[in-house]
Amino acid sequence: MLRSDLSNLLSGDVLEEEMLLTLGELSRACRLPAERILELVDEGVIEPVGRNPVQWVFQGVCVRRVRCALRLQRDLGVNPAGAALALDLLEELERLRARLNLMD
Amino acid sequence: MQFKDYYKIMGVKRDATQDEIKRCYRKLARKYHPDVSKEPDAEARFKEVGEAYEVLKDPEKRAAYDQLGANWKSGQEFRPPPDWEQGFEFRGGEFTGRDSQQFSDFFESLFGAGGLGGRYSRREFHARGEDTYARVSIDLEDAYRGAARSLTLKATEIGADGRPQLRQRTLNVRIPKGVRQGQHIRLAKQGDRGFGQGEPGDLYLEIEFQPHPFYKVEGKDVYVNLPLAPWEAALGATVKAPTPSGTVDIKIPAHSAAGRKLRLAGRGIPAREPGDLYVVLQIELPKADNDQAVAAYEAFASAFQFNPRAHLGV
Repeated sequence: MLRSDLSNLLSGDVLEEEMLLTLGELSRACRLPAERILELVDEGVIEPVGRNPVQWVFQGVCVRRVRCALRLQRDLGVNPAGAALALDLLEELERLRARLNLMD
Repeated sequence: MQFKDYYKIMGVKRDATQDEIKRCYRKLARKYHPDVSKEPDAEARFKEVGEAYEVLKDPEKRAAYDQLGANWKSGQEFRPPPDWEQGFEFRGGEFTGRDSQQFSDFFESLFGAGGLGGRYSRREFHARGEDTYARVSIDLEDAYRGAARSLTLKATEIGADGRPQLRQRTLNVRIPKGVRQGQHIRLAKQGDRGFGQGEPGDLYLEIEFQPHPFYKVEGKDVYVNLPLAPWEAALGATVKAPTPSGTVDIKIPAHSAAGRKLRLAGRGIPAREPGDLYVVLQIELPKADNDQAVAAYEAFASAFQFNPRAHLGV
């Protein structure tokens, strides 16, 4: 890489590692009204830590889960509960695939 | 441009009912949805099916498409007939300028800004750009040290003239130390450009490790198989082992069996809480391919009362 390119080096956040978001931040990151986020919390698509919405903290990976749930709802016509189920199964599948990869 | 046979893409007959078309679409969408499918061309197939459904689900667009006749073949060179823009009254449906960018030239020429329905997409329109997604392949060693990667991304976007065009750009991205397979780096506002005054979307980069000849990774733990000579396993030894952060000396305890795992705490992927490195012991037998080696094996055999099959009862 050229020296001049180094100044344009882009840094991002690793969703699954370093990010913790409040309800407002998650809502902005997903471009979704807070009411829709609450709906997804009710269906168990994402799980905040904290007793009530003002204290809620979401892990960065929730951004990915919310966006994926929205795509599944839009493209496949599933409801939020169905999207939650699909997300859980997809994660399980990913874990099993990683396990399988370890064995061969 | 090439003709697209939307019926063939969806695998339905030309006289399929609207319900049949919907059922077929749902099935194909589940099969090829990029969030669900692991098929390598899933995204392209999903878009193709989405485009076909966009036309066939709408009785007006479908009737217009059927007007072209049944004799066209997929991939055949195609120009819309000169009288194409006459004789059909479109209500526009939910079709907007935002949707058309993901569809083919063929679709665009028939139903896009230049063709039928153009008046609907020409209106003033502001929208945030779509979030985009790309995969970046790194070596395991990059996750140990951090790295910089240069990525070339291609995106179709709507130009100033309202036609889709290909934009290619190169981004230099910092790969943070400690990143793992399947994690996502979010680069704010590096996604598709917005329309009108809408701001750009975000770019999500999914980390993928190149397969390594001898390291395997699970989460933040790394595994390496370490072959030992039989006497090293039986008597204990200090041997060299590779790790992604450099060679280390490992003390093999006496009486080690094949499959035994030795954990090197904190030598896995250096995440905030670092993973561990597991050295999995294997026992390699030297070949008995000369007189001296054969004599050694014979001395070995006579020194033991050893039945490795005792637990099988034979």
